[in-house]
Amino acid sequence: MKLGTLTVAAIMAAAPAMADLVIPDLSYRTGPYAAGGIPFSDGYQDYFTLLNERDGGIGGEPIRLIECETGYNTEKGVECYEATKGEGSLVYQPLSTGITYQLIPKAEADGIPLHTLGYGRTSAVNGAVFNNVFNYPANYWDAASVAVNYLLEQNDGSLDGKKIALVYHNSAYGKEPIRTLQVLGEKHGFELTEIAVDHPGQEQKSQWLQIRRDRPDYVIMWGWGVMNQVAVQEAANIRYPMDQFIGNWWAGAEHDVIPAGAAADGYLSLNMNTINPDYPIFGEIREHVVDAGLAAGDGSNLGSVLYHRGMYAAMLTAEAIRKAQEIHGVTDITPAMMRDGMEALEVTEATMESWGAPQIGPVFSVSCENHGGSGEGIVQRWNASEQRFEPLTGFISPDAEVIAPLVEEDSMAYAAEAGITPGCAEPS
Amino acid sequence: MLYREAGDFKTSYGEDNQTFPIRFDRRAYWVLLVVAAVVLPFLVTDYWANAFLVPFLIYAIAALGLNILTGYCGQVSLGTGGFMAVGAYSSYKLMTAFAWMDMVTVTILSGVITAIVGAAFGLPSLRIKGFYLAVATLAAQFFLVWLFNRVGWFYNYSASGQINAPERTLFGLEITGPNTEAWAQYLFCLFFVVILAWVARNLTRGTVGRQWMAIRDMDIAAEIIGVNPLRAKLTAFAVSSFFVGVSGSLFFTVYLGAVEVGEAFGIQKSFLVLFMVIIGGLGSIFGSFAGAAFLVLLPVVLKIVGVDLLGWPTDIVAHLNLVVVGGLIVFFLVVEPHGLAQLWRLTKEKLRLWPFPH
Repeated sequence: MKLGTLTVAAIMAAAPAMADLVIPDLSYRTGPYAAGGIPFSDGYQDYFTLLNERDGGIGGEPIRLIECETGYNTEKGVECYEATKGEGSLVYQPLSTGITYQLIPKAEADGIPLHTLGYGRTSAVNGAVFNNVFNYPANYWDAASVAVNYLLEQNDGSLDGKKIALVYHNSAYGKEPIRTLQVLGEKHGFELTEIAVDHPGQEQKSQWLQIRRDRPDYVIMWGWGVMNQVAVQEAANIRYPMDQFIGNWWAGAEHDVIPAGAAADGYLSLNMNTINPDYPIFGEIREHVVDAGLAAGDGSNLGSVLYHRGMYAAMLTAEAIRKAQEIHGVTDITPAMMRDGMEALEVTEATMESWGAPQIGPVFSVSCENHGGSGEGIVQRWNASEQRFEPLTGFISPDAEVIAPLVEEDSMAYAAEAGITPGCAEPS
Repeated sequence: MLYREAGDFKTSYGEDNQTFPIRFDRRAYWVLLVVAAVVLPFLVTDYWANAFLVPFLIYAIAALGLNILTGYCGQVSLGTGGFMAVGAYSSYKLMTAFAWMDMVTVTILSGVITAIVGAAFGLPSLRIKGFYLAVATLAAQFFLVWLFNRVGWFYNYSASGQINAPERTLFGLEITGPNTEAWAQYLFCLFFVVILAWVARNLTRGTVGRQWMAIRDMDIAAEIIGVNPLRAKLTAFAVSSFFVGVSGSLFFTVYLGAVEVGEAFGIQKSFLVLFMVIIGGLGSIFGSFAGAAFLVLLPVVLKIVGVDLLGWPTDIVAHLNLVVVGGLIVFFLVVEPHGLAQLWRLTKEKLRLWPFPH
């Protein structure tokens, strides 16, 4: 009874602000994945705070952020989703592949778009099956292909007879690239060894012993949270050459490599956005958000790799809101309008310039047939003496020839399982 | 005043042995049941169902199951998460292999499969006791999770290793899948909770339950008076696993709809259910409910009070939750080892005398 009263009180308190653009932030600042969750969430929130402070929101409509702690736990994720969906939430970014899988059918049923930037279910690229799910600018299969393309480039176009080990988080997230890497292995003639690391990944002695024994030519890692730093440390312990060790874009942030100290120097990782702490946007965030005391968290993550990514996610969201406002000619948009905005999203060099972050990501456009963007990624290298990741390459394209049939196959399997007739959604 | 036995005469053995010997309790029970089954379905929203009602009901079944094994039969188990996973994966395989099967059958069959698995893992309990048995069940926990992660057949070889509950209806109403109405979800779980709680109550006060308790209190003495330890322990494992399997099945099909075994059914889950039993009260049906309600509601209440009303940062509230749960477990172990059920019992004793304590 008391709880009921409290809920009612909470809803009453929230009610007057219904006309805002509501952005829920399903963050995780606790648990074994907090090290990655905190900077991402800080970046995501700070950018929206900046828009509120500097421009008064988007198109004159203020943004209301609702933060909800998931702890990377699917049950809490569902609770957060249910708690916030009634507030008119425009788009969900759960930053967890597990929660994404949970929310895909719910979001379809409720008509709320889901943006899973570089994670989640890869076959959501097929917008005819996944009307409300977007995973631009890139996904896991792209990442696997980008990594292999980078290695091809390093080896004069041939990986024949090479041994590549995949160290992966033993979850839906870590298992995503396996199929793609297997197909790529057949195509390019490399031998793939799959080495699983169980959640949360604090113990990896046996995995790295196996790597030490097998001596693969390259190690690709699909890690997150505490698993990354342990892996980098273990790689350093067995003196595995860091320039042959490539993490995906969730395994390439400062906190992953700093604990291993100088031994981590030269560690490679993918990235879907460029890292440049000198972007003009950071000056504005400092001026309008940090100095005003409005920064999310403790404000110490400004400019870190995952802060960049969270901010990039927020920029793409804000751009989609602008697009939706433009299409429908209203500023107070609904989730259905937001979906249309996301499907019509176009990011050009000029767009990124206007965000104050030129060349932060690839140039891409979204359509019903392709919810996944261009799929390009860069390779970055850790410089331990300067404590920063430096870009090693420009944006590398994935092998669409391999990925497109896999997407088709997996999305059609989902459509059959869930009883969906593939077809593009009509704009609302 | 509230609790009065005066004038409440019992004229038959049946009346003397009933679950709620006091008229007030009996009435309160029926009122609660009517409210839960008739009134609540009209009030329940998506948030209420998914944030606490459905998880509470599902965890209550799991806690009942563990309570039968640990509280009534004295066999410590840390394998609850693994057995819930057996229930969930059984439902998934049944739902995908036999699309025509209705959800009640699926749920019950999942429970039966889990009971068989549980009894198999219960075999070592005949030779090992206490801590050693806890370690053996811990092995079951890790083995089962590893198995479901490793063998593709269990997740139909899907790329991600996730299992997704397909849409199923009962009497034309959706029970699983994203379009399920909150009240249908809630009523489906409530149905199982009421039936299973009734079964648990009647099992524990009958011959089987007395055998379990005899084994719990002193197994050698029990054997001397003629209790067959093999039968008693294995039935406890089987019945307990049946309950846990049903809860795992509902957890996957009705509540979450998609699970990943390591994340949803890891060791954390085993501990969570064990804490529910400890906080609720070992060897008490009411305790299973109280413990489940407490641990499901606590984070939600803390969140509503901390984040929504007081505006505290979300991470502080999440940490506070850990501190509070940890503190409460220590508190209960020290101050009231019999848990919330004992507190309730004491309250009732006091209320029977109140307002004249002498």
